[in-house]
Amino acid sequence: MKSLEELKKIREEARKKVDLREEKKGTRIVVGMATCGISAGARPVLMALLEEAKKRNLNDVTVNQTGCIGVCRLEPIVEVYRPGEEKVTYVDMTPEKAKKVIAEHIVNGKVVTEYTIGAYEE
Amino acid sequence: MEFKFDWEKNASKIEKLKEIIEEKKQKKGPLMPVLNQAQKLFGYLPIEVQRIISEGLNIPLAEIYGVATFYSQFSLIPKGKYTIGVCLGTACYVKGAQDIIDRIKDELDLEVGGTTKDRKFSLEATRCIGACGLAPVMTVNEDVYGKLNADEVPGIIKKY
Amino acid sequence: MELYRSHVLICRGTGCTSSKSDDMEVKLNELIKEKELDKEVKVVRTGCFGLCEAGPIIVVYPEGAFYSHVKLEDIDEIVEEHLLKGRIVDRLLYKGEEEEKIKSVNEVTFYKKQKRVALKNCGVIDPEDINEYIAYDGYMALGKVLTEMEPKDVINVIKDSGLRGRGGGGFPSGLKWDFTSKAEGDQKYVLCNADEGDPGAFMDRSILEGDPHAVVEAMAIAGYAVGANQGYVYIRAEYPIAVERLQLAIDHAREKGLLGENIFGTDFNFDMEIRLGAGAFVCGEETALIASIEGERGMPRNKPPFPANSGLWQKPTLINNVETYANVNQIILNGADWFKDIGTEKSPGTKVFALGGKINNTGLVEIPMGTPLKEVIYEIGGGIPNGKKFKAVQTGGPSGGCIPADLIDTPITYDSLTEIGSMMGSGGMIVMDEETCMVDIARFFLDFTVEESCGKCPPCRIGTKRMLEILERITSGNGEAEDIDKLERLAENIKSSALCGLGQTAPNPVLSTLKYFRDEYEAHVNEKTCPAGTCKDLVSYSIDPEACKGCTLCAKACPVDAISGERKEAHVIDQDKCIKCGACEEKCPFGAIINK
Repeated sequence: MKSLEELKKIREEARKKVDLREEKKGTRIVVGMATCGISAGARPVLMALLEEAKKRNLNDVTVNQTGCIGVCRLEPIVEVYRPGEEKVTYVDMTPEKAKKVIAEHIVNGKVVTEYTIGAYEE
Repeated sequence: MEFKFDWEKNASKIEKLKEIIEEKKQKKGPLMPVLNQAQKLFGYLPIEVQRIISEGLNIPLAEIYGVATFYSQFSLIPKGKYTIGVCLGTACYVKGAQDIIDRIKDELDLEVGGTTKDRKFSLEATRCIGACGLAPVMTVNEDVYGKLNADEVPGIIKKY
Repeated sequence: MELYRSHVLICRGTGCTSSKSDDMEVKLNELIKEKELDKEVKVVRTGCFGLCEAGPIIVVYPEGAFYSHVKLEDIDEIVEEHLLKGRIVDRLLYKGEEEEKIKSVNEVTFYKKQKRVALKNCGVIDPEDINEYIAYDGYMALGKVLTEMEPKDVINVIKDSGLRGRGGGGFPSGLKWDFTSKAEGDQKYVLCNADEGDPGAFMDRSILEGDPHAVVEAMAIAGYAVGANQGYVYIRAEYPIAVERLQLAIDHAREKGLLGENIFGTDFNFDMEIRLGAGAFVCGEETALIASIEGERGMPRNKPPFPANSGLWQKPTLINNVETYANVNQIILNGADWFKDIGTEKSPGTKVFALGGKINNTGLVEIPMGTPLKEVIYEIGGGIPNGKKFKAVQTGGPSGGCIPADLIDTPITYDSLTEIGSMMGSGGMIVMDEETCMVDIARFFLDFTVEESCGKCPPCRIGTKRMLEILERITSGNGEAEDIDKLERLAENIKSSALCGLGQTAPNPVLSTLKYFRDEYEAHVNEKTCPAGTCKDLVSYSIDPEACKGCTLCAKACPVDAISGERKEAHVIDQDKCIKCGACEEKCPFGAIINK
C-alpha cells in the first residue's frame, strides 16, 4: 500500500461487491423468478440486467429476484421501482430488451413504453 | 501407567522436531512455539523429547520441564486416539456438565486427565470453548456434541 | 470482480460450526453450482452473528432473510425455494418472542437494542477476504493516522475518547498509550491479549473470528502511536478457528503492504506475529502473558515496573485486549466526541457481553454502557426460560460477583458494577435462576481459581485452597458454625495481599454471594439444607402422598429402583437406595416429588 488514494480505490471497488447488504434508496429492479419465470427465460434476463448495471457502474440500483408475479403467460417479467415514481412492469422480456431498459429507463429516466404490460395488452 | 517412548517409530518425527527447533531458534522466545509444535507432533512431551528441545535451544532441561508441566495443554503422558473434552465453563456447569463427566468416567473407567489402557480415549475437563449457546457441551476430537444429557453419553462413545 | 444478485451469509463462528455449519457451507456451494446459480449467488462465510441460541444461522441478502436453527437437510429447501425461486422459506425464519415470523435481521429485538462498534463487521463481512474489510472502511483509520496525524495526536484522540480497557480492570487506554510512548527505549512492543479465559466469555474469540483485520489495523495504529515496530498477539490454542483467520489476515495485510515496511509510503514499519498460549488462565494477566511469550512459566511479576516501562524482554510494551483494539479504528475514524456520545461519562462506548446460563437468548450482545442489567436480561436476553424466577446474574467471571434480583436496575458501567461487589471483567454474563445454589456457584469459581492459581504467591496458592475446602465442607453438609466468618476473613486477607489482579479478585465470588445470599450459606450450615435443591448431599427426595396418583412413571425413571408402590397408590422412595439424581422429579406430571 503506497498511499491513501490507493486504499480508497480498492475500497470503491470492494464496496460494489458488498453494497447488496445495505438498505438502499435507489432504483430496485425485480425479476419474477418462480418456476414459470425461469422456464420462460428469466435467468438470462436477470444476468443481462446485472451485467449492464455493472458495466455502467449503477451503484444505486439493486437487481432482485422475486417469486411469481402472477401473470405467468407474460413471463419473463421485470418490474422497476424508482423512488417517487409508479412501478413499471415490463413483460415478455429478453436479454436484449433488458439492456435497453437499463439504458433508457434507468439511466435516462424514459420508460420503454413498448415493452410495458400496458402496451402488450393492447 | 507406563508408556514407553519408541525411538525407532518416532524417528521421522524427531527429524521434523529438529527442523522446527532450527527454524524457531531464529526468533525471540522460541520455547513456547517449539513446545506447542512438539505437543502437536508427538501428542505428548515425553522426557526424551524435552531433552532434544533442551539441547537444541540450549535451555536447561529443568526449565523446560518446569514450563511443560505448568501449562495444561502440555501433557507428559500420551493422549488417547480420541480426546473427550467436557466443557466446564460456567454456562455448561450451570446446565449440568458435571453429570456428563461423571457418566463418562463410569462408562470408560477413566479419571479426568487420564488415558484408557488401550490408548483409545483420554478425558479432559476443558475451560469454556465458547459454544455456550449449546451448553452443556462435550467434544470428541473435532466433533462437538451440544445440548447434551447424561443418557446420550454411551451412544456417543459407541460411535468411536 | 463479479457482482452477485444475492449473498448468502453463513455463520462460521465456533458455536454454529459446532452445529455443522461447515458441512452446510459445502452443501450450499454444491447445490448452487448444481443449479448453475454460482454466477448470481455468492456464499459468504462470516464470524459470529451473536445470537448463538438460534444457530446455525444463515442470512440471505438482499432480503435480509434471517434463518435460524438451520439443519443440513434444510439447505436443499433454501436453495430450491429461496435462491432459485425467490420464495422466502417461512418455516426457517427466526421467531421472536411473540412467535411472529421475523423476515429481516434488522427486525430482531435481540439486535434492535444493541449498538455495534466492536462487533461492527461480525456477521457482515467475510473475515477471510481483506477486500470486504476494506469495503467497510477497513484500514482507512491506519491510512489517516499515518498520513495525517502525529503520534501524539493519535494518543490524544484515544485519551479524549475516554476508552477504557475492555479486558477487565477498565484502566484508561489512552494513559497506557501515553506511558509507553514516553518511556525510554530503542525497541518497543505492542501486544494484544487474546488469552480470553473467563469461563463463559467468548467475545474476543468472536471478534478474531469475525473481524480479524480490525485487530491487525488497530495494533499497527498503536505501534505508530507509541513508536513500536513489532506486535505480538498472544492467543489461546483452544481457539483454532480464530488463530487460523488471524494468521490469514496478517498474511493478507502483508501482501497488500499494510504490514511490513514503508506502510502507506511513509517511513513507518510494522509487523506482527501470533504466539499461542497453552492453557493457563493466569496468562490473561499481563505480566504473566509477557513471561509466557518469553518462554517461561506464565507467572505474574511484581508491578511496578509496569509493562509500559519494562515489559516484554524488559522493553517498553503496550498491552491491550482484543475488544479494546476493536474500538480503536472506529474512534480514529469517527472522532473522540462520537465515541463519548455513546455510553456514560465515565464509561464511554459500548461493551460486548456473552450472555449465558439460564436465559432464553444466549449469545453475544454489544450494548451502550449504562444500559441497565434488566434490559439486557429481559429485553435482549428474552428473560428466563421455563417460567423460572430470576435469582442472580454473574458478571466478571472468577474475578466478579453475583448480582441479586433487587439490584437488577443497576446500569452497566465499570464503576457501578464494582460498587456492588462485582466487576465488568471481560464480559461474561451468566444468568441464574431459582434452581442455582449460590454457595455451589461460589464453590465452582473457587474450584476454578484453585486449579488455575499459578502458585507463585502464598495468599492465592494456599488461601484459595483453604477457602475451597471450607466451601466444600459447607456444600456437603459438614459446615461448622464458625465457617462463614472464617471464609469472610480469609477472603479479605487474600484480597489485600495477593500478588496479581487474579489473586486479589479471586475471593469476589464468595464475598458477593456472602453479601447478598448469606441466608443460603446459613441454611447450608445451620439447617443442613440447600434451598435451591442443588447440593446433592443436602437434598433428600420424597413423595407427597396427597399429590401422588400412582402413575408409576417415577418408579420407571429411577435408575436404582429406589421407588416402590402399587399402581394408583402413593409411591415411596427408599432413602438408602436413592442417589439423588432427580430423575423422578423431572418425570412426575403432578409435582408430587418433594426436594429439600
